[in-house]
Amino acid sequence: MLTRVYDNLIVQTVCRVMIPFIQIYALYVIAHGHYSPGGGFQGGVILTAALALIFLAYGQGPAIRRMNRIQAVIFCSIGVAIYVGIGLYCLLAGGNFLDYSQLAPLLHVSVPRARSLGILGVEIGVGLAVMTAMYSIILDIAGQSGNETQSTDTEPETGPQTANRKPDSSQ
Amino acid sequence: MIWQLDFLILIFVIICAVAAINIRDLLSAVIILGAFSFFMCLLWTEMGAIDVAFTEASVATAISTLLFVGAIYKTTRRSKD
Repeated sequence: MLTRVYDNLIVQTVCRVMIPFIQIYALYVIAHGHYSPGGGFQGGVILTAALALIFLAYGQGPAIRRMNRIQAVIFCSIGVAIYVGIGLYCLLAGGNFLDYSQLAPLLHVSVPRARSLGILGVEIGVGLAVMTAMYSIILDIAGQSGNETQSTDTEPETGPQTANRKPDSSQ
Repeated sequence: MIWQLDFLILIFVIICAVAAINIRDLLSAVIILGAFSFFMCLLWTEMGAIDVAFTEASVATAISTLLFVGAIYKTTRRSKD
């Protein structure tokens, strides 16, 4: 099962080294999405890959401790709300849906700068929504099915997890 | 565009696609499907569609393979047909 905790020191060390670089690269992809390849969707998928790497290397318990299903659904809703909020503000300010030039009086910048910032805000919302939605799908497919309560999920993980934490504290 | 390189990558794509259909072991089929996605990513990069190649590399190679492996661990590894 994918929910088993592997006691593989090499895999866990490599994941601990790789995950910050993956997340920094994902943030780079999101932040440079409007004038280079990539964007909110690709950056969100790479952020999901970092979370899935935690899921694969450390088991379900540490991954759920970083973000559980309720938090995933809340952040997904926040991402969609950012996207729709920017679009509806432009609509209510007199333009079309996602017409970023209407953001210029709100942000006190010029119209081209407002378009750039509007696209950046929309991509941040898309990245947040894609990351949490795909993480929720991975938890539903690869996670433990049946017992949804947090106590039964994290209770078997405490034994191997404290055994895993011992080399960390000794370093 | 270099048509020789395109043709070489296209041959690898077709080999991976036929192997992924014909193989009996489902886990091997998933890994070969990941290789198929990687060669499609190379092909799109070579043809100039960088954004599509980026999406292919991130979604089809990483997330889709992970979801297929999760589905195989939920069910069975042997093909029934």
